[in-house]
Amino acid sequence: MSDPLFSVEDLRVSFHTDDGVVHAVDGISYTVQAGKTLGIVGESGSGKTVSSLTALGLTRSRRSQIEGRIMFDSQDMVTLEDDQLRQVRGNDMAMIFQDPLSALHPFYKVGSQLVEAMQAHRSLSRSAAKARAVELLDLVGIPDPKRRVVQYPHEFSGGMRQRAMIAMALANEPKLLIADEPTTALDVTVQAQILALLEDLQKRLGMAIIIITHDLGVVAEIADDIAVMYAGRIVERGSADEIFHHPQHPYTWGLLTSIPRLDNPRDEELVPIAGRPPSLINRPSGCHFHPRCPYVQEAHKRVDPRLEAVEGDGGSHVSACLLKTNVRTQIWEGLEAGREPESLQRMASASVGALAPPADASHLNLHGELESDAQLPGEEVQS
Amino acid sequence: MATYIARRVLWGIVLIILVSALTFLFFDILPSADPAVLRAGRNSSPATIAHIRQELGLNRPVYTQFFSYMKNIILHFNFGYSFYSGAPVLGLIKDRLPATLSLTVGAAVIWLLMGIPVGIISAIKRGSILDRVSMGVALVFVSMPVFWLGLVVLFLFAKDIGRFHVFLGANTYVGLTSNPARWFGSLLLPWFVLAATSAAIYSRVLRGSLIEAMGEDYIRTARAKGLRERRVIWRHGVRSAITPVLTIFGLDVGALLGGAVITETVFNIPGIGRLNYTAIVQSDFPIVQGTVILAALFIVIANIIVDISYAYLDPRVRYS
Repeated sequence: MSDPLFSVEDLRVSFHTDDGVVHAVDGISYTVQAGKTLGIVGESGSGKTVSSLTALGLTRSRRSQIEGRIMFDSQDMVTLEDDQLRQVRGNDMAMIFQDPLSALHPFYKVGSQLVEAMQAHRSLSRSAAKARAVELLDLVGIPDPKRRVVQYPHEFSGGMRQRAMIAMALANEPKLLIADEPTTALDVTVQAQILALLEDLQKRLGMAIIIITHDLGVVAEIADDIAVMYAGRIVERGSADEIFHHPQHPYTWGLLTSIPRLDNPRDEELVPIAGRPPSLINRPSGCHFHPRCPYVQEAHKRVDPRLEAVEGDGGSHVSACLLKTNVRTQIWEGLEAGREPESLQRMASASVGALAPPADASHLNLHGELESDAQLPGEEVQS
Repeated sequence: MATYIARRVLWGIVLIILVSALTFLFFDILPSADPAVLRAGRNSSPATIAHIRQELGLNRPVYTQFFSYMKNIILHFNFGYSFYSGAPVLGLIKDRLPATLSLTVGAAVIWLLMGIPVGIISAIKRGSILDRVSMGVALVFVSMPVFWLGLVVLFLFAKDIGRFHVFLGANTYVGLTSNPARWFGSLLLPWFVLAATSAAIYSRVLRGSLIEAMGEDYIRTARAKGLRERRVIWRHGVRSAITPVLTIFGLDVGALLGGAVITETVFNIPGIGRLNYTAIVQSDFPIVQGTVILAALFIVIANIIVDISYAYLDPRVRYS
C-alpha cells in the first residue's frame, strides 16, 4: 500500500470548559488513501466532527489541547504554523458542513463567496474567478449557473445550497474533501442526489473524501472504509464490506439494526440503541459503551478495551470489544436472523461464563495484574 | 426596492401628521394656561387679552382651529409665532439648527470612532484584560448622567472656570462660518460629553453582536476557506454584527437633531435643545410645538434612512 494521503495518529483533543475537561477525541488513528472515501460514523458527541475540524486547525483555541499527529501531504497539521495551516485550508483540504443555509454567509451572493474562496489561495482576476464560479456551479449540477451565480443563498433551495457549498469547497481542487453530515439537513430524495454528486465528483476529480455521519446508510453507498466512533474513540474500523457483513462491535450492531432497510421485506422492527451518549467529561469506566451495551459483563465495567485485529479478517479490520470473537460472530448472526436481543444476551452471558473469566474473577491483585488466567481480548486495566 | 422605500416614506408622512395632531391636542385643547394670557404678558388689560384671543383665533370652534393649524404646518410649513418675541417659529428653528447640527455630527463621529473599534477589539479578545478594562470603563460612562459629566469636565478643563485651562468652556460657541477654529474649540468638550455615553453603549452592543456573529456557522466556513483572520472578522463578522449598531445610530442621531437639551443647556450652546428648554420655561407653546414636530420629523427621517440601509446591508430584507 502506498503512503496514505491523510493519516491521523493517536489524535487527542480536549477542551477546558467551566464544567471540566471535555475529552472530545481520545486517541484515534485512521488513514485515507488518495482518491478513496472514509466514512466516520457515530452519534452526535462522539468526537467525529471535532477530529475533522482539528485537521483544518479549526479547534485551535486557548481552551483546547491537541496532541498526536495529523499528517497531510507530509505536513503535520497539528504543529503547523497558523498561517501555513490557513494556506492548506480550503485549498488542498476543504470542508463542507451540515446546514448549508447557516454555513453560507447570508449577505453575500453565492458567486462572490465562491470568488472569495478562489482568491484566498491564488491570484486570479475577478472576471476569471467569476467565470470559474459559473463553471463550478455547473460542475455541481446547478441549472442555469449564470443566473444563479449572482443570487443570494436564501434564493437557493436546501439541496442547491449544499451543491453551492460543494462548489465552494471544490474551488481550489482539493485533494481531500471533508464532508460533515452533508445530507443531514436535507430531504431524503435530495440526500441521495448529493451523495451521488459526491461520488461522481470523486471519480472525475480523483479527490479523497472523508464523510462524517450518524447514519450508516449514508456511507453504505460511497465509503471504501468505515470508522465507527463512540465517546471520542474509534470502536471499530474496517472496509465497508467488513463493517456491513461481519461487524464486531455491539455499538456497530446497534447502528446497523437501527437503519431502515428497503431490501428487507420482513416486518422487522428497528431497534434503537438504548440510553444516551455518555458525557465526555466524566466518561464511563472500563469499556465506555458498557452502560448501553446489551451484552455487558461485570468485567467490562473495569477493563478498557483496545483496538485489536479481528481474527480471520485482513489486518485492516479492528474492533475494541471485550467479547470473544466467536461469541460476537454468534450474536451478529443471531441479530441478522432476526432473533430477539434478549435471547442473544443470555447467550452472551452463557458464553462469557464458559469462555471468559466469571465476572468476579477478574480482580486485580496487588501487582496490578488480572488474577484470572483466562484472557479477555484486548484487556487493559483502567487505573 | 422602490415600493419598499415608497411605503416607508408614506408611513413617515402619516406619522408626522399624527404627531402634529397630537401636539395640537396637547397644547391647544388641553393647555395648562390660556394662550392669550401668555401672549399678552403680565398686567395686561382684559381688552388686550380679548384682542389677542381674537387674533389667535381662539374664539373659533376647535375643529376650525385644528384645520387651520394643520393647513399652516403642512402647506406653509408655518408653526406660528413665538408668544414671547412674536418671531416666526420656523425662523427661530432655522437660526438654531446649525449649532445643533454641529454638535450632533461631531459627537456622532467621535462616538463611532471610539465605540466601534473598542467593541470589535473587546469581542475578538473576549475575556482578555483589554476587554475587561474597556467594558468596565464603558459601564462607568454609561452610568454617568450627561449633565453631571458636562459640569465635571467644565470644572476640570474649561479655560474660564476649570482647574486646568485647556479647552474653551461654556458659552463660547460661534458659528462655523464666522470662526472655524473657535467653532471647533468651543465644541470639543460638548462633543466628548455627548459622545461618552453613546460610545460606551455602542461598544457594548457591538461587542455582544460580534461575539454572536463570530459563533455563526458561516464564520467557520470562512475560516475553512482559508481566509485570513482579519478578513474573516471584518467581511464576515463585523458586516453582520453592525446592523444593530446601525439601528441605534439612526435613532440617536435623529433624536439629537431634535435638540440635545441637556448638553446644549450645560454648555449654553444656542441650538434647538436650548431653544426648546427656554420655550418650556417661558410656556412659549408655539416654539415647543415646532421643536416637537421637528424632532419627530428627524426621527422619522433617520428611521427611513436606517430601513433603507438595512435593505442595502441585508439582502434578505429586500425580499420579505
